[in-house]
Amino acid sequence: MTAAPARAGKAPAVPPADAAPRKVDFDLKQSGIYIAFALTIVIFAVLTDGVLLSPQNLSNIIVQQSYILILAIGMVLIIIAGHIDLSVGSVVAAAGALAAVMMVDMDLPWPVAVIATLIFGALVGAWQGYWVAYFGIPAFIVTLAGMLLFRAVTYAILGNQGIGPFPDEIRTLANGFIPGFLGNVGLGAELGGADLFSIIVGVVVVVVMGFLQYRTRVGRIRYSQAVDPMWMFLLKVVLPAVIVMFLVVQLARFRNLPWVLVLLALLVVAYTMVTNRAVFGRQIYAVGGNLQAATLSGVKVKSVVFWLFVNMGVLSAVAGLIFAGRLNLAGPTAGNSFELDAIAAAFIGGAAVQGGVGRVIGAITGGLIMGVINNGMGLMGATKPQQVMLVKGLVLLAAVAFDVYSKRRAAGAK
Amino acid sequence: MTDTILRMSGITKTFPGVKALQDVNLEVRRGEIHSICGENGAGKSTLMKVLSGVYPHGTYEGDIEYDGDLCHFSGIRDSEHRGIVIIHQELALASNLSIAENIFLGNEQATRGWIDWNRTNAAADQLLRRVGLAESAVTPVIDLGVGKQQLVEIAKALSKEVRLLILDEPTAALNDEDSAHLLNLLRGLRDEGITCVIISHKLNEVMGISDRVTILRDGRTIWTDDTANLTEEKIIAGMVGRDMEHRYPDHTPKIGEEALRIVDWTVYSPSQPDRAVVRKANLSLRRGEIVGLAGLMGAGRTELAMSVFGRSYGVNISGKLIKDGKEIEARNVRAAIDHGIAYATEDRKRYGLNLIEDIKRNVSAAGLSKLARGGWVDGNEEFKVADEFRASMNIKSPSVDAVVGKLSGGNQQKVVLSKWIFTDPDVLILDEPTRGIDVGAKYEIYTIINRLADEGKAVLVISSELPELLGICDRIYTLSAGRITGEVPRAEATQESLMTLMTKEVQEVAP
Repeated sequence: MTAAPARAGKAPAVPPADAAPRKVDFDLKQSGIYIAFALTIVIFAVLTDGVLLSPQNLSNIIVQQSYILILAIGMVLIIIAGHIDLSVGSVVAAAGALAAVMMVDMDLPWPVAVIATLIFGALVGAWQGYWVAYFGIPAFIVTLAGMLLFRAVTYAILGNQGIGPFPDEIRTLANGFIPGFLGNVGLGAELGGADLFSIIVGVVVVVVMGFLQYRTRVGRIRYSQAVDPMWMFLLKVVLPAVIVMFLVVQLARFRNLPWVLVLLALLVVAYTMVTNRAVFGRQIYAVGGNLQAATLSGVKVKSVVFWLFVNMGVLSAVAGLIFAGRLNLAGPTAGNSFELDAIAAAFIGGAAVQGGVGRVIGAITGGLIMGVINNGMGLMGATKPQQVMLVKGLVLLAAVAFDVYSKRRAAGAK
Repeated sequence: MTDTILRMSGITKTFPGVKALQDVNLEVRRGEIHSICGENGAGKSTLMKVLSGVYPHGTYEGDIEYDGDLCHFSGIRDSEHRGIVIIHQELALASNLSIAENIFLGNEQATRGWIDWNRTNAAADQLLRRVGLAESAVTPVIDLGVGKQQLVEIAKALSKEVRLLILDEPTAALNDEDSAHLLNLLRGLRDEGITCVIISHKLNEVMGISDRVTILRDGRTIWTDDTANLTEEKIIAGMVGRDMEHRYPDHTPKIGEEALRIVDWTVYSPSQPDRAVVRKANLSLRRGEIVGLAGLMGAGRTELAMSVFGRSYGVNISGKLIKDGKEIEARNVRAAIDHGIAYATEDRKRYGLNLIEDIKRNVSAAGLSKLARGGWVDGNEEFKVADEFRASMNIKSPSVDAVVGKLSGGNQQKVVLSKWIFTDPDVLILDEPTRGIDVGAKYEIYTIINRLADEGKAVLVISSELPELLGICDRIYTLSAGRITGEVPRAEATQESLMTLMTKEVQEVAP
């Protein structure tokens, strides 16, 4: 009945949608999170008359949110691989308890105790990784069990009481600041003085960031790959530089750079490199993107998943040390619901529920959005926890709804 | 008995890019067993899906006249309501539920919303006796073999007061005894007045059971005839007798040393560990040669290929792999790749590609270590490699940063091939390399296959399309029910001779 010949239905199709190479390829899905972050900051800065961005408050946000951000790094990797870890809050508590017993009760030197705590974290991760990767139990179940198990371990270690105080070194890492080696510089009447060393560090970081971006660009051009237009490139160099310098100057005006910020920065750089450039990082995306295809491409899928859980265990131990050090006390209820904050950070940061998609820097941004909401609402006098929970819950739902919506739209456009 | 129960006329069904059915006519008489035969992809299953409402009225052209009425089914429920029940090749039973629960799934025996278990189980027991199954109705389906599960499906159909029963490859997964039982049951149902339509590849069964046969080929009806007038040869001629509409690039092979020998290869099914899906298969692949592997659905082609490729399919695998004269062990995919074996899957979307990633990351997926130093990938080299493949394989895309999920089938296939060529294999197994891609892209794929052979690689092509195998292969193996039933040089092969070998039943020899 139709006149169309059998094979005229689809010409060897070149999808024209892809034809715009990377020009102003404004990827709403990837940049949406940063826009949301900026909006969150603007809203709360206005609502709090700028107190949000004051030196002391910025410092607070970073220190308060640091352990969630550390957990979020490990969590986003697990989510990219298509799994989940519900046990991290309990592991944080168990690691803190173990460290407290070793440092306080047993009087072990702090470096020994720290290393032992990290090994404990790795063993916890290996335990869970074994059940998930090699035994084949869904991670949701394994880590739900782990959530109970390691909380039980915490109680077994601590009894019903907290242990403290921690050695100065641990407290400094969690709560302290880099000393001002070079003294202050004056920034003019209103701003007052700021720590010179911190500012120098900030300048170095900005210069290195710019240089690396430039080198990547040159490399891409040498291989005649598409690059951003110059104005976009400059924007991508200048904007982060301005943000970093603003943050550093504000911190330098208060009590210099927090140690935990330095640790966090190192972790972010390292894990970003692993996810973008390392073979292992690529395999995480391959496993989450299509498990069967990864298997049939020779990826040792089980080993990848196993090591992701080991990594999560170690990062949980780091977070446990910092949390305990910050409170100067290892308590049996420490880390309650941290796993939910870390998972929320990863999803708000653009990780996909089905796996295969997600970025470390996105998870960090997601964690910071929640940190700003927490902090901003606190400044506004929202002292009831249900108020903060309400807003955080809605933000999480909105973020994932946006993800699902944009995916559906992309599928519909095909 | 010339009363017609079903008349489908002028059925045309188009999928994006493919005309699956073209002006198909089918007439089924009341109370007969009617077989539909055709090659893989001839349109048999599509036709049955049109009939049962899986493809609802309006998505196809043509008329369905059932029991004298013009029918517009908008879903399976509509057709089942009229007594048309289809049993698919992949059984659709919930394996953790009992036989009775499965039989009445969606048709629960309830009073005011509460299930009456006594009534359910009693009714199920009665149906089970009708199909000759001695099991209790409360047995979980998971405890039954495939043959018995098939009978449960039929019992389920009977519970819906079936009048036209459609079976898609009912005996493909059954052993001889279960097959015989099933066919006897169908004869019994015919005598009770139930009309059956059977899709089957097993021609001896078709000859044995059916009253009439309809042949489909390339989405068209070829003929319908009484079985009494037919022979297996006539059916085969009807199934394959198409003109060579595709063109194949010329190729003069330069055949070298043997690259891979597969010796006494036996593989058991992971879901039914007592059923051998490949039995004592022996194959030899030589450098520079393109070897075909022909077999019908369920013959074990993919199972053979995947089990060789790092044991990615099957259990209790026995036999030897001899690569370049030396026996090798390839216990996992990585080891197989390292030994220079590559396998491009028949289902590229599910098993071959990461559809949410871009071209370059898919191209590098199996050979990432070649781009890495100390565990770090050189992204610029990766781009260069992928871009070279984009040029040499003619992948139509503006850049290798394009997401693979948005490419056309032919271009996706080229990405899959690029991925495997990048691992620099000696032996390439290509499973249905041209499935679902258009004619122009097929020609390009054939050219690439020829080029690979000329580079001294051994290529094994698995295909359902016999003209394709005849067009590009130097030598063709046939596989039937897990056994190699023939090895034919191209010069001596015809579609008819291959089809005869592919449908040959080999008697069980003592192990």
